[in-house]
Amino acid sequence: MIEISSLSYHAGPTPILHDISTRIECGGITALIGPNGAGKSTLLHCISGLEKPSSGSVRINGIDPFSVPHRQRAKTVALLQQSPALVSRLRVRELVSFGRWPHHQGRPCRADEEAVDRALVAFALTELSDRTIDTLSGGQRQRAFIAMTYAQDTPWMLLDEPLNALDPRHARDLMARLHGLSRDGARSIVIVLHDINAAAGWADHIVAMKDGRIMAQDASASVLTEETLRDVFDTPFELLQHKGRPVVVAR
Amino acid sequence: MRLWTLTFALLAALIVTSLSLGAASFGDDAGWLLMVSRIPRTAAALLAGAGLALAGVVVQQVVQNRLVEPSLTGAPEASMLGLLLVTLIAPGMAVAGKMLIAAAAALLGMAGYLALAARLPREDPMLLPIVGIVYGGIVGAICVYIAWATDLMQFLGAWQLGEFSGVMIGRYEWLWAIAALAGLLYVVADRITILGLGEAQARSLGLDYAQTRALGLVVVSVITALVLVTVGAFPFVGLVAPNLIARWRGDNLRVNLPLIAVGGGMLLLTADIIGRAIRYPFEIPAATVVAVFGAGVFLWLLHAAPGRRHG
Repeated sequence: MIEISSLSYHAGPTPILHDISTRIECGGITALIGPNGAGKSTLLHCISGLEKPSSGSVRINGIDPFSVPHRQRAKTVALLQQSPALVSRLRVRELVSFGRWPHHQGRPCRADEEAVDRALVAFALTELSDRTIDTLSGGQRQRAFIAMTYAQDTPWMLLDEPLNALDPRHARDLMARLHGLSRDGARSIVIVLHDINAAAGWADHIVAMKDGRIMAQDASASVLTEETLRDVFDTPFELLQHKGRPVVVAR
Repeated sequence: MRLWTLTFALLAALIVTSLSLGAASFGDDAGWLLMVSRIPRTAAALLAGAGLALAGVVVQQVVQNRLVEPSLTGAPEASMLGLLLVTLIAPGMAVAGKMLIAAAAALLGMAGYLALAARLPREDPMLLPIVGIVYGGIVGAICVYIAWATDLMQFLGAWQLGEFSGVMIGRYEWLWAIAALAGLLYVVADRITILGLGEAQARSLGLDYAQTRALGLVVVSVITALVLVTVGAFPFVGLVAPNLIARWRGDNLRVNLPLIAVGGGMLLLTADIIGRAIRYPFEIPAATVVAVFGAGVFLWLLHAAPGRRHG
């Protein structure tokens, strides 16, 4: 469980997050939605222990990510930052192997190799494992980075806009994989999404943010109402039902 | 294995060529000539080249940009400035002290560059090297002014244009410290590779980012100072060797760091051999040869690579 209490974050004099208190339960996919500049990425960075909040506290599975050793933190929570589209000439397998670094610190054993293999299989990268990152398409590259995060084998995976620059097919494919991987309860995924319908289709819970505050948080169906979405995004939406799933259309 | 066989064959050929080439000819005292001059000169070129190439790859990982190297971060110029000031204020200081000052100055110079670089938009990979050239130019101009005003231009000239003609036994041994630093870098090769994934990713993997970066930059500063004080500055070695190896073999430093070191050494030794052979028995500084060759490779890189990041 992630427990956030009275968390505020200032970038210099600019307030980004205002007194946020909330809990995110273990299991499934929790989507963070909200307009640009709502503070979603900053919240993710605070939860993962990369940005120290100006005040307030974060507990993730009971530990304070800012006071435990880096290595212990990296075994509890893995963050994939927004568009890590660097033109690396690491091979896919090498990149994914770095996900095991918190576990072996440079001396991989058999179990680490197996975890890398599982991650390659889970994200359909086995065929590509000898290719260098800079030769991959955007979708493949994103999958390789998520596979690295997955190989880190943490109970919490935090993904910052992983659907950025993915076409509909690859976006759907990735959400389906993440959904499948989060069904057994061992992995909890917190994911920043700009596509509300991706959240509607795949997320178990939704946290809606605006101006550094949480506007709504609940099971997906409860958050996705026309009123809430209008308040969060300052633009009118229409909520339709299609084959039992909510579909959001901007009016 | 075939790769290393070929590499060592090439390296051996270069070493034999270097040992047998020079203004003096082998006579009865061939052994003496080898011991006093040729072996030190060959070793110096290999060590300096290896050090510069390693320093290059560390800087590239730190700033996540393949087009940067220590001489494009103001490090050598800052180092020269430190040395000039030492020469003025404490001319009698021991070599170890001068090295230390030179390394500290290089570190300060790079810190200044990194502070500038942190404010630059990262979308355009060309900005970092351009700002580095301008920054190095400004620090270099301060050096020239001070050297001019204090009649130290001769010193400055010797540092600015690296060459190996003055290398003799007893005058280059500091460069062996580079071998130790190379060993240290190899131990932390994974950490340096992870630096290249960017700060957020590196820290998410549990790396102590600030500490690793500081270690890398200190090593770069010490290498810069060792090479500068002993044989002078050489442009482009830190750019060319790591880029050629990355093109060919990828970015995993655990595997490629030895190759980068050997490649840098061979590059600088080749430059020195060409400089000795081209107007035999006169010599052209290795730095000049490297600059001509390196500029060519740099242009090719600009043409062929979008740098390290793109959107």
